[in-house]
Amino acid sequence: MTEINEDTVRAEARAWLEANWIADCGLVEWRLKLAESGWGVPHWPSRWYGRDLPVGLVPVVEEEFKRIGAIGVAKVGIRTLAAATILAHGTDLQKEKFLLRILTGEDIWCQLFSEPGSGSDVAGAVTRADFRGNQWVINGQKVWTTSAHKAHWGLLLARTDWDKPKHPGLSYFILDMKQPGVTVQPLRQMNGYASFNQVFFTDAKVEPEMLVSEVGNGWAVTTTTLMHERRGADALRSWAVASDKPGRIYDEERDEIRTTMEPYKWYPQRVGRIDLLLERARATGKSDDPVVRQEIAKVLSMSKAAEWTARRARTAQEQGRPQGPEGSLGKLASSLVARAAARVHTSLLGPDALLTGEDGPMNGLLAEILVSVPACSIAGGTDEIQRNIISERVLKMPRERTGDTDRPFKDVPRNTVG
Amino acid sequence: MKFSFSSEQEEFRSNLRRLLADRSSTKEVRRLMETDQGYERDGWAAINTALGLTAIRIPEAYGGYGLSLGDQCIVFEEMGRALLCAPYFATAVLAAGAIMNAGTEAEQQALLPGIAAGETTATLAWVEDNGRWEADGTMLTATAEGGGFVLNGHKTYVVDGHTADLIVVLARAQQGLSLFTVDGKAGGLTRRALKSMDPTRKFARLDFGGVKAQPLGAAGAAAAPFARTIIEAVVCLANEMVGGADRLREDALAYAMMRMQFGKAIASFQSMKHKQADMLLEVELAKSAAYYAAAALDEGDDDALAAAHLAKALASDAYTQTAIHAVQIHGGIGFTWDNDTHLWFKRAKSSEVLLGDAGYHRELMLQNWAA
Repeated sequence: MTEINEDTVRAEARAWLEANWIADCGLVEWRLKLAESGWGVPHWPSRWYGRDLPVGLVPVVEEEFKRIGAIGVAKVGIRTLAAATILAHGTDLQKEKFLLRILTGEDIWCQLFSEPGSGSDVAGAVTRADFRGNQWVINGQKVWTTSAHKAHWGLLLARTDWDKPKHPGLSYFILDMKQPGVTVQPLRQMNGYASFNQVFFTDAKVEPEMLVSEVGNGWAVTTTTLMHERRGADALRSWAVASDKPGRIYDEERDEIRTTMEPYKWYPQRVGRIDLLLERARATGKSDDPVVRQEIAKVLSMSKAAEWTARRARTAQEQGRPQGPEGSLGKLASSLVARAAARVHTSLLGPDALLTGEDGPMNGLLAEILVSVPACSIAGGTDEIQRNIISERVLKMPRERTGDTDRPFKDVPRNTVG
Repeated sequence: MKFSFSSEQEEFRSNLRRLLADRSSTKEVRRLMETDQGYERDGWAAINTALGLTAIRIPEAYGGYGLSLGDQCIVFEEMGRALLCAPYFATAVLAAGAIMNAGTEAEQQALLPGIAAGETTATLAWVEDNGRWEADGTMLTATAEGGGFVLNGHKTYVVDGHTADLIVVLARAQQGLSLFTVDGKAGGLTRRALKSMDPTRKFARLDFGGVKAQPLGAAGAAAAPFARTIIEAVVCLANEMVGGADRLREDALAYAMMRMQFGKAIASFQSMKHKQADMLLEVELAKSAAYYAAAALDEGDDDALAAAHLAKALASDAYTQTAIHAVQIHGGIGFTWDNDTHLWFKRAKSSEVLLGDAGYHRELMLQNWAA
């Protein structure tokens, strides 16, 4: 057997791509070939469309794709979280049914965790799954569900046992979104967009083989999904960029990216658009104002340092060394950068900050920053939850004593909405 | 090596950390900071020669190891943690840096081996009463006299200036900005130790009344090598500062874990946990910047200057803020002389200002920013 290292992997990937890549081909057709070869997800098990490569070598393969202009497997959206979760906890039947169609991009997925009464406290879910006859029957409500109106499948966290304490009372399911018991309604946000949905279940059905892991093990599975979500958050923020090359397969990929990224249109604004700060200072004639200069420099330095900190974490991961505390700081850092950037944008706007839409500068884009930034400190774990995670898991400070884990969940004072 | 250290570097770091834990306990720091010199020659020589610290960045031709600024910054981070009382920053960065950047081969051959071997302590004197960190604040004059030069004027805020064997001086000669070396015991030189707010890092005022000086590099050609020396010093200091900040953070955390109030460790209160999370974030960001800046200077990157100023700005804010939190977490005992927190608090304050504060470096960062 040849040794596996950067050079051998690069050579092998390059040879395969040079022999097989064709732009004049359907997207799904190409991805089926890719899945079969193992080069689409080389770090996955060879039994499931991968090549058992160490994660650290994936960037090498990605570089080869980029070099030749080849398109990869479908990577954007919740589908990657579904894949990671199914790989870790799914049955062979689930892997066979879902993984390939995730890689080809044929199926759209959504995540059904948050509820009106449980945001930070996701394990406080009260959506119920009752086993009746020969299937699971789902009733309840989920919220903040991206792409729910388009999704074929949902990753569902539901309560299966009310006599057990909070966590062991939860189970994890794969739910068919295209069924009568599922109603999807858009949810309008403070910035005017409706990127998320509310999902209502009225006797929705789940077949028994769509239970992931065992009954009562839903929290462990959820943790896997959330871990991958946090890890992927930076990638999502960096935005999926479509190739501008001509060709049928590129057209199809552009379509896919446009559809999948549609709900995320305002995401660059929610992280503060620090790329615009210097340009805006010049445009408003304030680039010599010492106060403005200090404030811009503060934002830029924090953002650069956060970027370098993320690189430290990634380098440690690639070298197979244990990650230091730097791995858990990115989310909180980006939310602080976003707020600071919004403050500077406000002072650069002056009275124009009073206006929005086509009456605001840059056709309302700047106003959109001001009303989108608050999401950054909430979505994917609030700043407060991030600080809890950093202090409890990284710094090993004592965990908060909670009042809901030592008794049957049915006796726990219930979360209520507003 | 912008984002990680090699295993050799990590090994060097842990050896140095052990050595400093042994030789620079806070008890020892307290003893040395009360002395007029601020350090002891023999004790410092023992630490220095054990790991060849002053030799690190000096070229092999002049008795050093020829290693990188990044390697030297590991030394600074560890010294900052241990709050070592030694003339290392003045000797190995300010003075040796000026000699390496400005000196002719013959001058380097004459001056560097003594520093590398730890026999010579040295410093760089450039700031004057106008308090400007830039070269253009220089008023001290060098005049040609009898085939040599004599210096007239003053320098202040000179790091370890009262004890240095050798002083590199920035002066204004007829040809323009020039560097000179002066013997610490030269005639006409009056040295006075200033009362330093941070007793672990001492400053002096030097008055020059017709002091005989030897040129370092060509007369009138000092601007570029001086600027290079200062930017290297800025990065070294930033690394020293993040080392100190990290140590303070860890000590405050350890205290919060054992301090009991209302029947439980104060570390279990969310206000304490969130404060610690914020401290960790601020210190880690400053660390990333300090590491990056050192490697960027070593590699001659386009963003090296901006990164150096960024690193000092973040280190200034992070170290001072961490020190404020650390006193607060300790509560009343944190305000006492007997508690060690104030030792780092004062180093934080002193380092925040030395070579320019955060606002000063933020402005310079922006001027060097590639938009």
